[in-house]
Amino acid sequence: MSNFSFPESIKSRPTYARLEPRAGKSYLFVADAEGAEAIIDLASNDKSLMSKSHVIYIPKNTGKKYTLQLEKLNINQLYIGPSYSAAQSRLRHTLVSSHMGLQLYLSGTEGLIGQAQRDAMVAGIPHTAIQSEHRGSIGRRMQCVHCKGITEDVDIDPYVCSHCGLSLFVRDHYSRRLAAFQGVCIDAEEPGNIPTAVELYK
Amino acid sequence: MTIQFNDETFRGAYTFKNSEWALKRFPFPFHEDSYMYSVNMEQHKGGPAGSIYEKRFDVDEHYLSEMRDRAEVLKEDPLRCQSLPNMTLAGWDLLELIMVSKSEDYPDMFELQRKGDKWRWINKPMGIDDSFTFLDEATLPFGPMEYITRQTQGDFVVLDQRDENLWMDAGMVTTQADWSLDFDIGMNFFEWHAPVPKAHEMGIFVRALKFLLNVQQGAPARRLNWTMTVNPLLDTSPENYHKWGTQKRTITANNIGEKQHLRVELQTFFRLPRSNALVFPIRCYLASFDDLMTVPKWGRRLHRVIRDLPEELATYKGFIDNRPMMLDYLSKFDDGKPTSNGIWPDRETEPLRD
Amino acid sequence: MSGSEKINVKVSKIVLLNDLVTRFEFKRIDGELFPTFSGGAHTIVEMKDGGITRRNPYSLMSDPMDQHSYAISVRRDDEGRGGSLFMHNNVKVSDDMVLSYPVNLFSLDLRAKKHLMIAGGIGITPFMAQIKQLDRSHGNWELHYSARSPSLSAYADDLVSMHPNDVHMYYDSENKSIDLENLLDGQPLGTHLYICGPKGMIDWAVGQAVNLGWPNEVIHYEEFLAPKPGKPFQVMLSASNKLVSVGETESLLEAIEREGVDAPYLCRGGACGQCETVVIEAEGEFIHMDHWLEDKEKLSRKKIMPCVSRFDGKTLVLDR
Repeated sequence: MSNFSFPESIKSRPTYARLEPRAGKSYLFVADAEGAEAIIDLASNDKSLMSKSHVIYIPKNTGKKYTLQLEKLNINQLYIGPSYSAAQSRLRHTLVSSHMGLQLYLSGTEGLIGQAQRDAMVAGIPHTAIQSEHRGSIGRRMQCVHCKGITEDVDIDPYVCSHCGLSLFVRDHYSRRLAAFQGVCIDAEEPGNIPTAVELYK
Repeated sequence: MTIQFNDETFRGAYTFKNSEWALKRFPFPFHEDSYMYSVNMEQHKGGPAGSIYEKRFDVDEHYLSEMRDRAEVLKEDPLRCQSLPNMTLAGWDLLELIMVSKSEDYPDMFELQRKGDKWRWINKPMGIDDSFTFLDEATLPFGPMEYITRQTQGDFVVLDQRDENLWMDAGMVTTQADWSLDFDIGMNFFEWHAPVPKAHEMGIFVRALKFLLNVQQGAPARRLNWTMTVNPLLDTSPENYHKWGTQKRTITANNIGEKQHLRVELQTFFRLPRSNALVFPIRCYLASFDDLMTVPKWGRRLHRVIRDLPEELATYKGFIDNRPMMLDYLSKFDDGKPTSNGIWPDRETEPLRD
Repeated sequence: MSGSEKINVKVSKIVLLNDLVTRFEFKRIDGELFPTFSGGAHTIVEMKDGGITRRNPYSLMSDPMDQHSYAISVRRDDEGRGGSLFMHNNVKVSDDMVLSYPVNLFSLDLRAKKHLMIAGGIGITPFMAQIKQLDRSHGNWELHYSARSPSLSAYADDLVSMHPNDVHMYYDSENKSIDLENLLDGQPLGTHLYICGPKGMIDWAVGQAVNLGWPNEVIHYEEFLAPKPGKPFQVMLSASNKLVSVGETESLLEAIEREGVDAPYLCRGGACGQCETVVIEAEGEFIHMDHWLEDKEKLSRKKIMPCVSRFDGKTLVLDR
């Protein structure tokens, strides 16, 4: 099962729910990896939805595991791409040429959900009007508060910033605008005193 | 000019100091011998003559040095001042509020001439004399919020009001108690306060938000907040935590009185008329333990507050490791005698009789 | 203190716009500048009507940039409690009056990529100020304004001649109504919808937008409920220990104020939540008129909004 139930946390930490059909004029899905399962589940509840939908899917490390199933869903417009940044210009173009009434569905890793949410907010969709369902990896998109560099798919705490090399502890404080959690130097007061990294939620 | 400005630094050699005048008007934040969160709001309509409450935007002896420090911070990291595109009008509101207030409250230092939308602003202490067109960004060297807050002490956060919430959509933040504007910009009231322990469960933020949503034009509000800082370092930013963090471990029994500072924020709230936004100035005042102890009432009280503060709060405020050393020092100034209510020094009447 | 700060003004001009609507303009008595405001703000006008002090909210419809005068437009309501009749029949040029500082419960969301405005009748007034505000910042807006007939459409001629491409008129007398479904359908992502008019129009427009998948956060509306007259009733104010009679044409809030009891308020139209009052005891029927309390709260019989709501029964005790 690709669902993970996050423990209760502080109020800036995003929360997720199951995708559900909602009234609208058009439908756009952005998903990565196991996020495909959320689309497949929704499609089985509402058969007519997919014929009106545009799906942007990034398999990540799941290879062809879900692509065949998606192709069978009779999706009006299905795009399967290698990475979020490769898909981004397509997504942005789709958003700016959309009309009010568009329903946006996001599913998969927190990194994918956060980045697509950010692009949608820039296009004018309130974040509270976007549905998102977490599936798959619990790896996070982290920003180093010191050098501002982003490290993707962080699943240990503390981790080493892939840009400046500082050891950072993983906070639950989250910025929608940056689509990232905050990483803060763990040995700022006692340089060198760095605890052994542990897996998140273990 | 009536104020003698200090030439001092808030970094490096730390030459910052308070004169007797500055210490006398220091906003000691504890009105009783203990501390817990509360929605301690009151109207911001003046206060005792000479006090930091008297003027809408207090100017003191640290003005020029604080503005120099801000300029240095911005040179190093321009992300400390940001305004989302929806906040430009609120920036003009803030510029107008500060220029009008300062020119009325300190006519010897600031002057504002207005002919329609042609404005001339003279800031004598900083040697600024600029003419510009109100609401035309092209006529100022910076955006309106950045322009005026490079000339005004304290951090500024500008909040957009919508959907029954306040959204931190702009700010000038260089003297913060360890939070990042670049990270928090765009968050709502509950989100940017998310890391604060206990207060959510106590319902503090729900009540505070309700109060702030109803702050009206012409009726600003204020409160005090506080924390602790080692050395008179204004820019305790998360961005630079890996650089200043070690300073927290330099406290010894010998230097604590000089190095340990109580950091007090005068937070005020003004409704901005043209944008319906809310501006939240956060003005930071620093005083060393040694200086504070010259007021006997503050000595007694600070010891009791720090001693009895819940562990979570001492951790959040970042001084849990230094608390034992602080108490060793502070206990020498607490003779156990009762103290009077309120924040003022009450030198003439203290100590109260048992 | 209740409400917001006050401004003493003189009526400087009265303009009859049509059979029902009159514009009132005000100058400050102290010669100072008026505070600026944001489009959509209202002011509370105090009226000394015999023994009663009425306080009615009206949208400011002058240019928010103009600090020399304020203007409101008042539609005469012959069925109402008399506030609008008082303005129409008793107020003369150079009368002294008291206005509140502006309060905005219907402000523009400046993140919007486009502002789509729907006005019905006198609901045009907040848009007058919003349009002036947006023009100043080169904002992207469009107004759809429906009125009974050309002769009862305040400011329509001015609006159309100044903004021929952005203002669209619809008259009942010409059997023309807003084709809302089509209008909403083509709007670009990031459009915000603003509605001001009678309750039926607001419900209709909000319902359409929601059905078409518009998020609540982009739908804004303002409906001032004028307090309706009703059967007189009595109320016991427990904290101040006073038994107060509420007359047929005064609101519960006005009756409380008449007795010298200070009660909080802002909008006086059932919208802002400021006057929410705890009910200690009640035997009878609540006539809830506000759109602040949740249905659940109304059913609980524990809260009332005295600015617009009334009571019909034997006993009402309030914590005030």
